[in-house]
Amino acid sequence: MFAVFLQVIRRELVTAFRRKSDILNPLWFFIIVITLFPLGIGPEPNLLLRIAPGVIWVAALLSALLSMERLFRDDFLDGSLEQLMLTTTPLGVIVTAKVTAHWLLTGLPILLVSPLLAVFLSLDANTYMATFITLLLGTPVLSFVGAIGVALTVGLRKGGVLLSLLILPLFIPVLIFATSAIDAASFGVSYSGPVAILGAMLAASVTFSPFAIAASLRVSLS
Amino acid sequence: MWKWLHPYAKPEKTYSLTGKMLPWFAVLSVIALTVGTIWGFVFAPADYQQGDSFRIIYLHVPAASLSMGAYLSMAIAAFIGMVWQLKMADMAVAAIAPIGAVFTAIALFTGAVWGKPMWGAWWVWDARLTSELIQLFLYLGVIAIYGAFSDKLLAGRAAGILALVGAINLPIIHYSVEWWNTLHQKATISKLDKPSMDSDMLWPLLINLLGFGLLFGTLTLMRFRNELIIRESHRPWVKKLFIGEK
Amino acid sequence: MQFDSFSAFLAMGGYGFYVWLAVAFSVISLGGLTVATILRRRTIITEIKNKYNRIERMRAAEKMENTL
Repeated sequence: MFAVFLQVIRRELVTAFRRKSDILNPLWFFIIVITLFPLGIGPEPNLLLRIAPGVIWVAALLSALLSMERLFRDDFLDGSLEQLMLTTTPLGVIVTAKVTAHWLLTGLPILLVSPLLAVFLSLDANTYMATFITLLLGTPVLSFVGAIGVALTVGLRKGGVLLSLLILPLFIPVLIFATSAIDAASFGVSYSGPVAILGAMLAASVTFSPFAIAASLRVSLS
Repeated sequence: MWKWLHPYAKPEKTYSLTGKMLPWFAVLSVIALTVGTIWGFVFAPADYQQGDSFRIIYLHVPAASLSMGAYLSMAIAAFIGMVWQLKMADMAVAAIAPIGAVFTAIALFTGAVWGKPMWGAWWVWDARLTSELIQLFLYLGVIAIYGAFSDKLLAGRAAGILALVGAINLPIIHYSVEWWNTLHQKATISKLDKPSMDSDMLWPLLINLLGFGLLFGTLTLMRFRNELIIRESHRPWVKKLFIGEK
Repeated sequence: MQFDSFSAFLAMGGYGFYVWLAVAFSVISLGGLTVATILRRRTIITEIKNKYNRIERMRAAEKMENTL
């Protein structure tokens, strides 16, 4: 079963690298949004430090929303999603592999690009550390929870608009705790509380969402 | 032990049962709401600190409580529909969602209108208000996804999945005033302690709570029956009911 | 009776605007929902009747076809 897990991830990565724009576009969107805020609001470092947590995380959320569609859409259109569902491996394992691959292609690049953010938004070391940790814990949650919404709408024609309505209420708690952690760090206060909750959200979403995603796929593909 | 429930697996039986329940719920809800509202707005003593504006409580608290109760019922119906594959449970999910959305909107609006003179702000992003707003979005999501599928059988399942996933929000709303430092006040009525509200003010609140609950029941029964006859419109019993024997 | 007069009742101790705004929203939204539900029921029943009438007419037309 683990072999299939790895194979699905490998397949996802290989097909994704054939269409590099799918990966680069959301990442570029993330960087652009964060760049535009200092330009729009003014470069004063104190102000930037205050808005930084919110800006980073809203940009990450929107970028996640952009990249979500590709999770199941292409496979649905050419029929390979149905084939994946018919294999003997439990669908939960397959979707976990797909979502993990998705995170590697979207969340991980965001993490790697984050030092750039530190420079753009004049983050000090402590605040940047908090940002990095919240992105590390939070972006997988976005991928797993977002995948539920994508699975529900993959069969619909106008699914994209509906997707944001479905996923955003579920993203908001991640946003709240992540920004509260970064805020606390910017004041020099301990931020282990919100980080612990983010960790709990990660554990819960990795454990439970594959079931919801699998059920949603079965509904969408029946 | 559950054998008495079995006949109601037939939509026809459920339709007639809900038809018999409906007048009771409707009449009792009107009575309770009239008594509770008039008592609260005209006869209850004014609050020492808040004056007469506190009377909004008689709309705000029942609407908010029922908004969560409606979501819980919807989630339970979704669970039953998913586990036991009952179409009618999924129909209940579709029936409840708009009602819950309206109750949530009333809770948010009356809360904002009450908050403006009391706290000085129409809206604050504290934990309870934010999680209640999220609940409104969840309801809208359930309504939207049910409408997006043309095959209502699939629509019901999809809506059920979303309703269940969103149920995580319920404990967040309920305990938000305990877990966070919120502007919203803590609970005055609890299961174990004496309520911290004067009984002259409490009784109309409890009556309105009951009234809103019965109203929820009435509206759910009405919308459920609507959903039932749309989905089963091709069945002979529906034809017999509205067109008579031919 | 906590109020001395009807105008005192409307004024709600100075908070009249807020209180009645809250009442209006509640009444209008709940009333709207109820009315919409009732109207929907009527529409559904009409549609069902139309559907069966159409089926009847089609059956009758088929019967006629074979006799001409």
